[in-house]
Amino acid sequence: MLKMFRSTFIPAAWLGWQVESNWAHPIVFFLFSALKPISGVMILVFMFRAVSHVSTSSPLYAYIYVGNALYIYVAATVAGVSYSILDDRERYRSLKYLYIAPVSVPVYMFGRAVARFATSTLAVAITLAAGRLFFNVPIHPTHVDWPMFVAALLLGLLCLAAIGIILGSWTLTIRSEPHMLGEAVAAAMYLFSGAIFPITLLPVSLQPIGYLMPMTYWLELMRRALLGANVAGFPTLLSYSNSELFGVLAALTGSFGVMAWIAFRFFDRMARDRGMIDAQSNF
Amino acid sequence: MDSGWRLFLRTIVARAYPRVIGQMRQRSWLFFETLLPFVAVTAYVYVYRAMDASQDFIGFAVMGGAMTAFWLNVIWSMSAQMYWEKDNGNLALYIMAPNSMMAILLGMALGGMVSTSLRAAVILIFGIWIFHIHFAVSSFSQLFAVFLLTMSSLYGLGMLSASLFLLYGRDVWQINAMMQEPIYLVSGFYFPEKNFGMAISLAASIIPMTLGMDAMRQLMFASGPAIGFLPVRTEIIGLVILSMVFVTAAKYWLDKVERLAILEGTLTDRRK
Repeated sequence: MLKMFRSTFIPAAWLGWQVESNWAHPIVFFLFSALKPISGVMILVFMFRAVSHVSTSSPLYAYIYVGNALYIYVAATVAGVSYSILDDRERYRSLKYLYIAPVSVPVYMFGRAVARFATSTLAVAITLAAGRLFFNVPIHPTHVDWPMFVAALLLGLLCLAAIGIILGSWTLTIRSEPHMLGEAVAAAMYLFSGAIFPITLLPVSLQPIGYLMPMTYWLELMRRALLGANVAGFPTLLSYSNSELFGVLAALTGSFGVMAWIAFRFFDRMARDRGMIDAQSNF
Repeated sequence: MDSGWRLFLRTIVARAYPRVIGQMRQRSWLFFETLLPFVAVTAYVYVYRAMDASQDFIGFAVMGGAMTAFWLNVIWSMSAQMYWEKDNGNLALYIMAPNSMMAILLGMALGGMVSTSLRAAVILIFGIWIFHIHFAVSSFSQLFAVFLLTMSSLYGLGMLSASLFLLYGRDVWQINAMMQEPIYLVSGFYFPEKNFGMAISLAASIIPMTLGMDAMRQLMFASGPAIGFLPVRTEIIGLVILSMVFVTAAKYWLDKVERLAILEGTLTDRRK
């Protein structure tokens, strides 16, 4: 098991890193890593400034900024595995070779997810640092609950990777617009997980979707670790203690892990039946 | 065999045809290419609601979301298209055929404009319906002129960048991705451009969306005239200039890149 993990996970994570970083020009990669996420969060900053009666000292401001910064992880990892499968199948045409090699494909997908997560860390760090230095976001490194931050981050990584594997497996079977699957799920999570506004603002009938998403609890934990009491301005999950949030997130992560395994077995068989492992959709 | 202007026009129609008809044959775009931008718009609408912003701001977010369809079409289906064609091996066929590459670019632009208008209209209609947006159009003729000029300058920019993108290799995906959020930001897709101040707004006006959206906001919303960074007439003149500059530059660069690539033998080299 450990040998298989070492022979599949590490090369997959390394390959993912190389594809994401080294194959692009370093300056392009740096700009891609920094400019895009900072611009995304600055759109929200300027929306705040445009509505002149809201101050940046409002808890809503920190809530939106930090949520948007952390969401970089979600978008990159969840959609990333799906893109990796497409790249391997259609662009580099190497997926069929992976299938005949003595490696575990789900572990390979996990490795690619971790690589996406790792490359996103640069963007998240830059965005949070910019928030602290230039945009008046109340993140104080000495006040951050680092153990809680690291624990939540790792649990979030597992959960995001599990969701990524589900989508990556599903992508194996899709011929029409497969590249949109990951984006669609990431977009839905952006809306329903309270990334940039409290989910209590959503219509009552849609709020249960948010409560079923692991990212809702993950973002809350990460905000609490980074911002401390500032986050208390929003009562969405105020009644949950930190350990309860960890418990819910762990349970959901476990569920998604099991679903990822089932999804891979199901979609993998379907893809083999339909001859999709080496298909070319010219998306 | 057709030649001259007849061939030029037939090439435009031939290249525009799959862009328009293709989406009718594959209707999944209705879900993916209208729903996804709409989800982003909805998120921004709720951010404005969380801030207790006026209804006009929600209108700005919906209008911005509709206009993202055009920008995404330009960067992914115009700018990067020649690179994808090279990657797929079609570029060599384009060059060998006796038609003008400029006509192919124009066809791509025309087809993209028509098909994307449909997507943008769907996003706008959904936004108006769900979020109860109220427009106060001050001049329909100016609004129509601004929209047409924005499109012509925007797709002129797409033609220019399609030529330039032939020079890039694997970086193209990253470059395109970089041209999304940063452009949404500097062009004021979701908030009035005036917030940047005159100097940055003028610099951002090299992107036709900046002038086009600022003018459209001024013409479509009750609070519009107060939030424009330039008078609408000035912005119309700016868009006319941008249209002419971009189309002329596209022709110049396309010729130059083709010459350069023929000399170096790299135009159809898929390794780059």
